[in-house]
Amino acid sequence: MLFTSWAFLLFLAVLVPVYFLVPKRIQWIVLLLFNAVFVCAAGVLGAVFMVVTIGTVYAASRAIDALYSRQRETLAAIKETHTKEERKQTRLRFEKRRRLVLIACLAVNFGILFVLKYGAMIGRFSAALFGTRAFGQDLALTMGISFYTFSTVGYLLDVYRETIPAEKNPLKLALFTSFFPLLVQGPITRFETVGRALLEPHSFDGQRFLSAGLRIAWGYWKKLIVADRLLVAVKALCARPDVYRGDFILVEMLLYAACLYADFTGGVDITIGVGELLGVRIEENFLRPYFSKSISEYWRRWHITLGEWFKRYVYYPLSVSKPMRALSKGTRKLGAGVSRRVPVYLATLLVWALTGAWHGSRPTFLVWGLLNGAVILISEELKPLYARFHKRSPRLTASAFYRGFTVIRTVLLLSSLRILDCYGTIKEAFSSFFSMFTTWNWGAVFRGGIQSLGLSYTDYAIAGLGVIAMFALSMTQRKGAIRLRIRKRGTVFSVCMLLVLIGTILIFGRYGFGFDASQFIYNRF
Amino acid sequence: MEKLLDILRELHPETDFETETRLVDGGVLSSFDIVMLITRIEEEFDVVIPARDIVPEHFNSAKALYTLIEKISEQDD
Repeated sequence: MLFTSWAFLLFLAVLVPVYFLVPKRIQWIVLLLFNAVFVCAAGVLGAVFMVVTIGTVYAASRAIDALYSRQRETLAAIKETHTKEERKQTRLRFEKRRRLVLIACLAVNFGILFVLKYGAMIGRFSAALFGTRAFGQDLALTMGISFYTFSTVGYLLDVYRETIPAEKNPLKLALFTSFFPLLVQGPITRFETVGRALLEPHSFDGQRFLSAGLRIAWGYWKKLIVADRLLVAVKALCARPDVYRGDFILVEMLLYAACLYADFTGGVDITIGVGELLGVRIEENFLRPYFSKSISEYWRRWHITLGEWFKRYVYYPLSVSKPMRALSKGTRKLGAGVSRRVPVYLATLLVWALTGAWHGSRPTFLVWGLLNGAVILISEELKPLYARFHKRSPRLTASAFYRGFTVIRTVLLLSSLRILDCYGTIKEAFSSFFSMFTTWNWGAVFRGGIQSLGLSYTDYAIAGLGVIAMFALSMTQRKGAIRLRIRKRGTVFSVCMLLVLIGTILIFGRYGFGFDASQFIYNRF
Repeated sequence: MEKLLDILRELHPETDFETETRLVDGGVLSSFDIVMLITRIEEEFDVVIPARDIVPEHFNSAKALYTLIEKISEQDD
């Protein structure tokens, strides 16, 4: 069920009144049933995979919890009778069992994800190698699996670290895993926040409803007026790397930057707004990312929840793991600077390789991830140099001009890296990117070039105005949430703003019969 | 505590670590810095900070970090 479908709007129109009309103590059960309908409507196979995830994570979390309890009881019982070393061995035995349970559960869940993401690619690879028929070509990701697997596994890892207790009721874990707005394109959430909020009773609040409506309408506005329009041109540019070269690539980079922003943030606005309709607060996934002054800052402000997940559950544990510490100690003879950098460099590159792999099975994603990691490491190493520059030229670096320069530099850099997302092979991506510096064809771009991409000048003008509106709103948001200021002006003003948003979507949006509003780009990850 | 402050100053000489209480939330310490810091703490204090303790509240101030180091040292003993 697409967010941009009439079926989804109907689904919401039924859910919201039912949710607030039923007794509060059964609200979460009603929501779980609606989640089940949403999941099953997307396909039975997806539902089966989700049940496997819920079942295995539930069983593993309860087993880990039970092992912690038994460990505490055993250690208390032998406190006076056993030596310190014996007690340590007992604790290690329990630790080993917990780790085994965790690894088994991770293997099942990431195994499913791996097969669905890479099955088709492995099939093609083995067919090329052994000359057999390519197997697994119909394997595809089921709805939301990349997002709910990470959220639910995050819950399990928190139980494993003993930062939260295991949930005793499997249906409550099922509610968290299957919460429908999160299945389209995340964000990746945490059980202790969203999972708990879903279980709380919620009353209808007209003001909150209006505020949520504004957020949802703004999400649709970005998706249907800007993203779906620009996507037509981006797809056309990416499909013909033999034709669209040179300055077309710069056009492609900028259009894709605007398109992806409108698409992903628009979708998350709808998700967060739907959560708000029901009284459930969902974590923000963006913090005006295109105003970042470096790539590492950008990654702290774009798809925040994925970055946090990798940092919390992969980057830090890996950096302080025994093998990494041993490696760091082993390289001390090469100098303190080298040995201290070993954990950081290896963990950063591995996390970025995994981030690339999460985005897709094509080698281009892996290269994209590693290049991001490399840029971040280089930037970290250059920090002392930047600091000296800032010290020498304080007036220049404090100026709006310099800040603007760093923002534009970051957008161009991240857009250059994203070129890898547009093409099927690394060769095509690099060849297209470097053609920008060898082929000067602005004449071809503006003499019919951009008109051949499936959009009219009117479309470009509408999308351009949309981009200006998004930019202006982001600038305004620096002083605080825009919705709060709209709400402060009263209900009538808020309703008028909502109607303006809906009205402009109806006039300028790309939707309706005969037009297939596209799925969100991040849904394919 | 002075030893810890020296390590922190090596990373960011421009920061006043005795008073700063938003080292992570305020963006002074990046994840890169945190891992470098953990490696230095292991070298100087012979203390390994486990992954579960790598959370902003333990790294937001030198004082909080020192309390964590002391807590882990006591557990190890």
